[in-house]
Amino acid sequence: MNIFAPVGRVFLNFLRSVGRLTIFTVKSLSFCVRPPFYFRTLFSQMVEIGFYSLPVVALTTMFSGMVIALQSYSGLSSLSSEGVVASVVELTVTRELGPVLAALMVAGRVGAAMAAELGTMRVTEQIDALTTLSTNPFKYLVVPRILAGIVMLPILVLIGDVIGIYGGYLICIYKLDFNAVNYLRNTWNFMQAVDIVSGMTKAAVFGFIVTLMGCYNGFYSKGGAEGVGKATTNAVVASSILILISNYMLTELFFSK
Amino acid sequence: MSDEIKVKMTDVHKTFGKKVVLDGVTLEVKKGESLVIIGGSGTGKSVTIKCIQGLLTPDSGSIRVDGEEIVGLSAREMERINAQTGMLFQGAALFDSLNIWENVAFGLIQGKKMKRAEAKEIAIKKLAQVGLDADVGMLYPDEVSGGMKKRVGLARAIAADPELIFFDEPTTGLDPIMSDVINDLIRSCVKDLGATGITITHDMSSVRKIADKVAMLYKGKIIWYGDVAEIDRSGNPYVEQFINGRADGPIQMEIRG
Repeated sequence: MNIFAPVGRVFLNFLRSVGRLTIFTVKSLSFCVRPPFYFRTLFSQMVEIGFYSLPVVALTTMFSGMVIALQSYSGLSSLSSEGVVASVVELTVTRELGPVLAALMVAGRVGAAMAAELGTMRVTEQIDALTTLSTNPFKYLVVPRILAGIVMLPILVLIGDVIGIYGGYLICIYKLDFNAVNYLRNTWNFMQAVDIVSGMTKAAVFGFIVTLMGCYNGFYSKGGAEGVGKATTNAVVASSILILISNYMLTELFFSK
Repeated sequence: MSDEIKVKMTDVHKTFGKKVVLDGVTLEVKKGESLVIIGGSGTGKSVTIKCIQGLLTPDSGSIRVDGEEIVGLSAREMERINAQTGMLFQGAALFDSLNIWENVAFGLIQGKKMKRAEAKEIAIKKLAQVGLDADVGMLYPDEVSGGMKKRVGLARAIAADPELIFFDEPTTGLDPIMSDVINDLIRSCVKDLGATGITITHDMSSVRKIADKVAMLYKGKIIWYGDVAEIDRSGNPYVEQFINGRADGPIQMEIRG
């Protein structure tokens, strides 16, 4: 038996998957700007992604803001730089933790659900049924989900930023006895437009990644219940990895000197 | 029934990897005729109708619907062809997120851009045609029985008054009485519409009730074609074994130990 055969098979499967994902992405993007548009489905996906993810994103960013405040205080107090805590919290939440944590939470909640829903539709022939009813499954199922992800994740992140900074504020004021007015002034003075713009841009890209991976894995799932389970796992794992990789690339783009 | 050809397949081949599923299928269905394709599991029945619907693309060969070549048509052009067709799926393939009347009216609302109120009225009429009350229209697919799902699937298939209707294993999983009810409904619906029907099944009572013509697929080839009245005296050992359901004969089941 040729020992290179399994390696070659894995490599060819990888290339096949990359090719299929590329075609899926190009197709999805091209259908985003071509009618018909399904506004009812778009609205329900916006509610699903934005409104129902709010509690989990709020909790995550709130506690992250609180942890950053505690950690930065314990590190900076030894250098007598406690005044910088507000700016550290603001910077970390708006530039990094807000978008990344919100995206990871949405990947776990929404990306997985999308893969499971579309996967079930695939194995029960509902996607074929759409085609026979003269409805393009890409336009009806994929496009509204991707657009909703791109639009709603930045809004979620914006709300998450405010809640995260508020989490830091709560710790600094009520536990570490900072002056509230000084803390807020430091936060406001240190904040730059690029912090918010980079965070929103990242959020939109992450929203695209989460919904794309959820739809892609669900759309091409096969093999019954086991296949749907695999699709769900793959959607979450792939989007989490892509979020972290693209986060680095976007940070390079915005902040490298 | 006219002499005009509704569907014509010529030398259609389809393979999946190394597995040859269709090996030169040649078949024609006249307008208003009901053709039933019989054959064991894995002989290529489903692939045949999926090729006609554009859900799968044949490797070679020609498929003409109303004289128009459909192999190689774009998704958009296939939507136009599919607007004149209906399909009853094996598992009904009803959309879980929509209630029953919305399922029936789906092709009218999304495909034909009909107003919801008007489409609902037609959906209720079609539900009545398959023996279901208007109240059922407000239920969701998971709230009705398997037999009712098939009826809803049938109502959806005939909702847009199609010229060509496909039935994929219409009686699989139903008790004998419900199977007979579905067979009667299929017969009456196709007759009322004056539509052409293509059914795939291995249920011989369905064949005798629904079919004008019967074609038998074996190993991706049509090995017998004729009037339903002739099936019992076909003289073909494969057909005889199949219709009598005998284990002994030229058809050997592939059982891997």
